[in-house]
Amino acid sequence: MPTLYIENKPYEVSSGKNLLEVCLTLGVDLPYFCWHPALGSVGACRQCAVKVFKDENDKKGRLIMSCMEPVTNNQRISVVDEEAHEFRKNVIGWLMTNHPHDCAVCDEGGSCHLQDMTVMTGHAYRKFNYKKRTYTNQNLGPFINHEMNRCIQCYRCVRFYKDYAGGRDLDAFASRNQVYFGRAEDGVLENEFSGNLAEVCPTGVFTDKTLKAHYTRKWDLTTAPSICQHCSLGCNIIAGERYGSIRMISNRYNGEVNGYFICDRGRFGYEFVNAKDRIRTPLVHGKTVTGGEVMKKVLESVQQSRFIGIGSPRASLESNFALKELVGKDNFFLGLSDVDHQLTELALQILKELRPSTMKEVEGADAIFILGDDVTNTAPMMALAIRQSVRNQPNELAGKANIPVWHDAAVREWTQEEKGPLYIADVHVSKLDDVATNSFTGAPDDVARLGYAVAHALDSAAPAVTNLSDIQKKLVQEIAKDLLNAKQPVIVTGISSGNEQVVKAAANVAAALRKKKMNAGIVITLPECNSLGLAMIGGRRLKDAFNIMEQGQSDTAIVLENDLYRRGNREEVDGFINQCKEVIVFEHTNSPTAQKAHILIPAGTFADSDGTIVNNEGRAQRFFQVHESSDAMKESWRWLAAIGTLAGKGRGREWENFEAITNAIGLDEPLLAGVKDVTPSSDFRVEGQRIPRASHRYSGRTSMHAHVAVSEAKPPEDPDSSLSYTMEGYMGQPPSSMIPNYWTPGWNSVQAVNKYQVEVGAALRGGDPGVRLLTPDPNSHFRYFQQVPEAFIPKGDRLWAVWIHHIFGSEELSAHAASVSERIPKPYVMICTSDAAAYHLEENQLITIEMNRQSYELPVKISSSLATGIAGLPFGFVGGPCSELPGWAIIKQ
Amino acid sequence: MEKPLTQHIRDDRRPLSLKAYEQVGGYQSLRKIMKGMAAKEVQKLVTDSGLRGRGGAGFNTGLKWSFVPMDVEGPKYLISNADEMEPGTFKDRILLECTPHQMIEGMIIAAYAIQANESFVFLRWAYKTAASTITRSIHEAYDAGYLGKDILGSGFNLNMHLHTGVGRYMCGEETALLNSLEGKRATPRAKPPFPQVSGLFGRPTIVNNVETLCCLPPIINQGAEWFKKLSLTGDAGTKLYGVSGRVNKPGAWELPMGVTLRELVEDHAGGMQDGLKFRGALPGGASTDFLVEEHLDVKMDYTSVAAAGSRLGTGTVVVLDDKTCPVGFVKNLEHFFAQESCGFCTPCREGIPWVEKILNSIETGAGREEDMKLLDFHTKYLGPGNTFCAFAPGAMEPLQSALKYFRSDFEKHIHEKHCPWDKATVTNLNTLNTLAP
Repeated sequence: MPTLYIENKPYEVSSGKNLLEVCLTLGVDLPYFCWHPALGSVGACRQCAVKVFKDENDKKGRLIMSCMEPVTNNQRISVVDEEAHEFRKNVIGWLMTNHPHDCAVCDEGGSCHLQDMTVMTGHAYRKFNYKKRTYTNQNLGPFINHEMNRCIQCYRCVRFYKDYAGGRDLDAFASRNQVYFGRAEDGVLENEFSGNLAEVCPTGVFTDKTLKAHYTRKWDLTTAPSICQHCSLGCNIIAGERYGSIRMISNRYNGEVNGYFICDRGRFGYEFVNAKDRIRTPLVHGKTVTGGEVMKKVLESVQQSRFIGIGSPRASLESNFALKELVGKDNFFLGLSDVDHQLTELALQILKELRPSTMKEVEGADAIFILGDDVTNTAPMMALAIRQSVRNQPNELAGKANIPVWHDAAVREWTQEEKGPLYIADVHVSKLDDVATNSFTGAPDDVARLGYAVAHALDSAAPAVTNLSDIQKKLVQEIAKDLLNAKQPVIVTGISSGNEQVVKAAANVAAALRKKKMNAGIVITLPECNSLGLAMIGGRRLKDAFNIMEQGQSDTAIVLENDLYRRGNREEVDGFINQCKEVIVFEHTNSPTAQKAHILIPAGTFADSDGTIVNNEGRAQRFFQVHESSDAMKESWRWLAAIGTLAGKGRGREWENFEAITNAIGLDEPLLAGVKDVTPSSDFRVEGQRIPRASHRYSGRTSMHAHVAVSEAKPPEDPDSSLSYTMEGYMGQPPSSMIPNYWTPGWNSVQAVNKYQVEVGAALRGGDPGVRLLTPDPNSHFRYFQQVPEAFIPKGDRLWAVWIHHIFGSEELSAHAASVSERIPKPYVMICTSDAAAYHLEENQLITIEMNRQSYELPVKISSSLATGIAGLPFGFVGGPCSELPGWAIIKQ
Repeated sequence: MEKPLTQHIRDDRRPLSLKAYEQVGGYQSLRKIMKGMAAKEVQKLVTDSGLRGRGGAGFNTGLKWSFVPMDVEGPKYLISNADEMEPGTFKDRILLECTPHQMIEGMIIAAYAIQANESFVFLRWAYKTAASTITRSIHEAYDAGYLGKDILGSGFNLNMHLHTGVGRYMCGEETALLNSLEGKRATPRAKPPFPQVSGLFGRPTIVNNVETLCCLPPIINQGAEWFKKLSLTGDAGTKLYGVSGRVNKPGAWELPMGVTLRELVEDHAGGMQDGLKFRGALPGGASTDFLVEEHLDVKMDYTSVAAAGSRLGTGTVVVLDDKTCPVGFVKNLEHFFAQESCGFCTPCREGIPWVEKILNSIETGAGREEDMKLLDFHTKYLGPGNTFCAFAPGAMEPLQSALKYFRSDFEKHIHEKHCPWDKATVTNLNTLNTLAP
């Protein structure tokens, strides 16, 4: 470890870093703009200047930019040096010549990195007395607001959007002091990660447009650590509330999971919480009743009927567990479509045996093979991680040429278009194909066959595949070779294809690879935020519930946060509901199922609940209630426990708070034993204090409810966690799993996260949050799946219908958010060019597509990137097909 | 007096065709090295000759080549920097328009010395005549077997391409030139890694100035010692000097390295126009410090000009006379630099336009006492190392020296609240380029 002298004091620091990183890690504050821990250094802003001295006798020294200077042993620098200080101060002075000083009306004001750095450098008086430059702003769509006059030209936006996230529609234009960052013309920012611009931008150029629509100062938000609910990856987020509604979602750093970024579905999907048609009061046969009345009604129902419970992959472990407890093990159904049920259980079985990779591991992988999952749309942040992984092999070569990995522009120059191995096999070309080494497009069975063949090529004990084409054989060899040559290969798949063979083939590849490389990993993305957790709790198939009801073995169904019309087709679900004497639905967001409920009980969303969910790698993570809802909305588990208590069923009586349930889960389900350790218990205190949800700058507390009552009400107390709802409490760093917001003196923006990490860019102090529930034995014997499918043969008169997933529209809850709904494409049926020609179909032509006796009228979308013999339909669109897929479809004109 | 660079230039300035160039001994140096000089020998010969880069930095050319790793696989590149845009500089233009083959021959030699198989001429967009001349000459060289595969039976291959820029001064900076050539924004790159290691498309690359390249054939032909002896001082060779401003005979001349500023201005440029006095001069283009009367006997070579507090730069002198306002003169330069900044780093992007605004304000009589401090501050903090590349430090050189030598003129503007040079009778030197030959 090199020794670095700062102001003549020696420090042991990490090697391979730049001076800025090590200074920040040491707690030596240096201002910066263009450097970003995930984006590296380019040396544009000149803000992080320090003095460097040749040796102890050198008194003069010279100014250098700390972000561009590698740490060397016995290096001597000064941060407080007068000339360095003066220079840093003047860099702000230069930036301010054109910055509009509109902090008072700027969304970023008060949580602005530029403000913080201005204060840090001591720049206070303006010496520039000429006119400022101005720009025209652009309309960038529903997510991001653009205010170019505030720009300080740090180039971070394009470096994130283009270089890091692979976006193509944002760039730097013009030159000199008129450099412009925007699109070539007004229009929606197309990249799936555009929302991160609001955090990457050090000032108020790119801001969250959804926050602007119901703006509040960020320090006035009541915030809680939370987990994104819009896919299975479990990205860590911070959710903020003011005046009873959720105003903003921002990234919460988790080095193992999402790092510094989240996707646009995760950032902007939150508005379903504030939806106008949100279920806010209990309804009995359409009539609003009180909480007490509905309890009475449910109790009657429960006592008089033979009831079953249907769980949900988007409800917490606690709520599912409480329902299972209430209805009894034999009467608990997972609430998944038949295909999802089978595949989720298959995924769990595989993940118990093979090594599930974290997103960080994927980002660090040096060879990736994706089978049958369009991760950009099913699990967007995984796609972002994969996009980074292809740089690992080339970056290593740059390292050998003595170009440090943080020297971003130089590394990119050296590596040019070089990419590490990434292979993609799917039914259509995906967005990630632009960085893929090679890709294969075919029907799901053919994708699976390719996977089986790769597994066989890696280990001849895995089943062989016959009748592969020469092209496929060559590709198999190519993939197998690159996977074998890699140090940390990862196989990525998901159940989104609805094809079990695809998942099994991926498992075979990962298993075959593990025989050769112990750290080969597998990723299986799942449809919903708690899909894996639900499978861990375990329950029966929804189909069985339908049968039981039909046979009259039961008469009442309790449906937990689930729209059954997404799990089975119209006919089936209508039939089931009609069979029920009573349907009791716990739900927060309006859905066709909720509308048919006889008794509808308002459930809390993630924002008004505490809960634990398990992400696709088996990591249990806790989300905390952001605020106490004023309405009768409660966590489903709280309702269910209360009902159980009154009904004398289950252990509801013992469950006085959240923790009691998590403890019970652990006792009942050995796989879930770790759940109780996800966060410290509710009686955890630091220096006798709770951890405040509100920042110490929170304003308006004594007046915001004055229209109701002039005296300040006693703040609610949280029985479920050690967070307080107010600004009172411990001001230091809380345990890593319960950070409500990032703040440290002088650092009011998201950049304060540096202070929460062991080392800049590394794990949070105390370890990255979450408990990994699956830790397979690396030496366990994996039994290869043996049944290789036959090659797909298109049928003359019909097409094989598969799902096409969309980041916006395919996920149920986010589709209710106003901003997201603007980005949902119109429904369609996608058909490849040659099939369209054979059927004489034209673009946008309305056709009828019939599947499993159900027919749908949809416009045709002709695609050159879809496999032949396949029809693609958007997944999860309201009113579209559901459990008919995958299956054969007949096209009628 | 020997003039290896310009001896073949015709009186009518029509370019020498390949045939005409061969008749006066052209491509003989190429034949010589192809017959039996190893790349390293060429490097050594050029290092020994003491040839220093004529683009302005004055780095030993052979030494620069020696940093290219010779054992790497894959392409290497040689680039002729013909993006001559330094205000007041017009020396390369003469070579490009009149003796294109000498540069091409020089490029082949340089490419051979670093074993590069691809080469580019990066030409200023406005040099339309040169563009057609170079295009024609490259074709001729291909036809004659000097370019292409197996040049003169040596087994050495070289392709040459002409790239015309879009008119950014920034592209004269070698790393910004590389970015531009790759189709990227013309912003500079951080060094290290140096272009010799990671240049065009991340490959080893040498960028040499046109005049530097034109020196190579004579050096190969006549040897290192001969080249050194051409000079009057320690810096080897001849130099294409130029003078612009209100002198009697503005122009460019090839002279032994080390002639004095006085000889240039008084003898070659014919002295100041009637009624005008010499007040100062930028010795090597717009981004060099002023020299004044006391420096008239400074030898115009890299070492001596540096010792006098300026830089030889491109060796083309811009003269300031006593009837021209020095503030207006500098303001005009800073306007150019503010326009041409690439906008990548903060001090340059924001600092130079500020300087321009201050100078404009002083020149129009609205200057304040504190403006002098602000100008001093900028000359101090836009120095080397503080900004991303050498652009802003270069922009500050004429300003800092003007503040040193003509400070009282600045102060007079501020105190008198107008420009003391009466613009009704004295034409301001507004556009330097109009005075170029």
